[in-house]
Amino acid sequence: MSRKIVIEPLTRVEGHGKVTIHLDDQGEVVQSRLHIVEFRGFERFVQGRPYWEAPVLVQRLCGICPVSHHLAAAKAMDVIVGAGTGDGLTPTAEKMRRLMHYGQIFQSHSLHFFHLASPDLLFGYDSPPETRNVIGVIMANRELATQAVLMRKYGQEIIAATAGKKIHGTGAVPGGINKNLSIAERDVLLKGPHPMNADAMVRYAQGALDFFKDYYSKHKEFIDNFSRFPSNHLSLVRPDGALDFYDGVLRAVDADGRKILHDVECQDYLAHIREEVRSWTYMKFPYLRHLGPEKGWYRVGPLARLNTADFVPSPLAQEEFEAFRKVTGGRPNDMCMHTHWARLIETLHAAEMIRDLLRDADLQGSDLVVRGKREAEGVGIIEAPRGTLFHHYRVSPDDQIVMANLIVSTTNNNEPMNRAVNNVARALMTKAKEITEGMMNAVEVAIRAYDPCLSCATHAYGSMALAVSLCDASGNVIAQRTR
Amino acid sequence: MPKIVAFTIDGKKCQAAAGTLLVAAAVENGVYIPTLCNYPGIPPKGACRICTVRINGRLATACTTRVLPDMEVLAITPELEEFRASVVEILFAEGNHLCPSCEKSGSCELQALGYRYRMRAPRFPYAFPKRGVEAWHPKILKDHNRCILCKRCIRGIQNAQGKSLFAFGKRGDRLVINIDPETSRDASDDLVRLAVEMCPVGAILRKGQGFDVPIGRRKFDRMQIGSDISPQGGS
Repeated sequence: MSRKIVIEPLTRVEGHGKVTIHLDDQGEVVQSRLHIVEFRGFERFVQGRPYWEAPVLVQRLCGICPVSHHLAAAKAMDVIVGAGTGDGLTPTAEKMRRLMHYGQIFQSHSLHFFHLASPDLLFGYDSPPETRNVIGVIMANRELATQAVLMRKYGQEIIAATAGKKIHGTGAVPGGINKNLSIAERDVLLKGPHPMNADAMVRYAQGALDFFKDYYSKHKEFIDNFSRFPSNHLSLVRPDGALDFYDGVLRAVDADGRKILHDVECQDYLAHIREEVRSWTYMKFPYLRHLGPEKGWYRVGPLARLNTADFVPSPLAQEEFEAFRKVTGGRPNDMCMHTHWARLIETLHAAEMIRDLLRDADLQGSDLVVRGKREAEGVGIIEAPRGTLFHHYRVSPDDQIVMANLIVSTTNNNEPMNRAVNNVARALMTKAKEITEGMMNAVEVAIRAYDPCLSCATHAYGSMALAVSLCDASGNVIAQRTR
Repeated sequence: MPKIVAFTIDGKKCQAAAGTLLVAAAVENGVYIPTLCNYPGIPPKGACRICTVRINGRLATACTTRVLPDMEVLAITPELEEFRASVVEILFAEGNHLCPSCEKSGSCELQALGYRYRMRAPRFPYAFPKRGVEAWHPKILKDHNRCILCKRCIRGIQNAQGKSLFAFGKRGDRLVINIDPETSRDASDDLVRLAVEMCPVGAILRKGQGFDVPIGRRKFDRMQIGSDISPQGGS
């Protein structure tokens, strides 16, 4: 008898989604899908609003990494007001925005690794769900949990100092920033009482990496092979090939490391990237235009970034990057669970960059905004914590937004997440007579590695829980488990 | 020299020059009577009714009433405060006031009154009216979603010939305040800035400018509306 397994909603990811897995009469997995079931429509209701409102309005897509949307929209609006693609900003504006963004990456990565992913690593994905959560982490490893909370807090304080508040601030404006960093604000972040200072955060980030590497040495088989599959990888890189979260050119490499998108300008993204719509989900499927949807899909996020970048421009993270690249002999890394490793290297890089920036006197400058020749269209692309984020707007001569296109990080990872679900389902559920809690969570572990923000991806909100249904060939539910 | 008259507000003995408008006389005596449509220096209107008080037992708007000898004014009573809270809530329900993306947030008097009256869950059904944005003017953007029809702009923003830059359009529940194409043609940057400042909400915006005051330095970020009025008198 054929069966359909439904996992709904998913847990410990941002937003609302479900998974369906179809089994045939022999119990073989014939189809598996990650569905995004909510719709929000930001691209539509931003139309008609004045362009300078976009950075503040669209960041409401998300409460986890609003800074990414805030800055991507601001970068697009920089183009609209003739301030170029980022290079045209004043040093104070550019560095304030970068500081805001590194704070965002630092807090979001910390949140994901410690609060969402670490329970699976500490306790095992098939351990009892009663303890496999952040409370369980606190009970089992108080020091680690405390560091996690403080790292997130520190990142949020960076955001508050640059954007005005921790969530949904207003710092970036078209053509610049609305404040600099006062000496008092700088000193609190740079030299605050232990551990709320930049040096301590670098050490905490190193500690998190040590924790992961220790885990890896003991669970190599799982970390290397769980939901592993080859893919293309895409991200921004600095024009010299360095890892850069804030600005750069678009680069993609294939599974063998060959460049398949050759450092193209962000304003030209539409010539290279297309989105496919499928009837069963609100989330689109982006792909590289010249390769088509079958061969042109790609991964984004920490793993992709460390696969596309040539080096990391901060010494401690560069050292870790070299060790990371050594594992695959310099070839692209396609090991799904290595995404956590890459994420922690990026966390360390963000901490180093925060420390360096806080020592930069440009942050105390008073030249905050530049304006140039007004344009009708602008693209802003940024590396959000979860991957490449595209914002594209057209503005009427009357200053009203007439078109908006957002390709959110998680949307870029749609195809890889679907493949990850399929991999795990085939490995664990083929010929399964009973759905266990461990099987359900294994599917989520694979999705979770991508740190998806499903609310952003479909522009949905809601919380995640999990339900699994067994259906017969006619689609009738014959068994169901919910949590 | 104007004659000084004595009166009371909530039992407090007050003095002011005869003919002073009650809201201003209250400030001089350290009493804050909430206002919204009123703006110092322009003719009072009594449009929003937020400043309604009881004078010798009868309801009257404090922004349009001048002090008289021996007036007994009740300004801050549970009955009147509840009335004011209702007016604020109805104004929110009647328009499309989406504070999270409004650049006047933090400096908006309607929002500040919402906080003062601890407006939380809605008591009145939201109308969600379908209103547009008037964006044709080169310097001014008028967002009808946020306009509370207080008429401050019509009364207070005039060109060199004394003609208002703004005017009523349509009637009844479709009444709007439009930018007058004739009188606003040569509006100076300073006059536009004054219009933005005078608008109690985010209905009048200066084109190309927004969110340039950082959070923490906006008008009501660090003080509740009315808290600058000293009990010793003055503001």
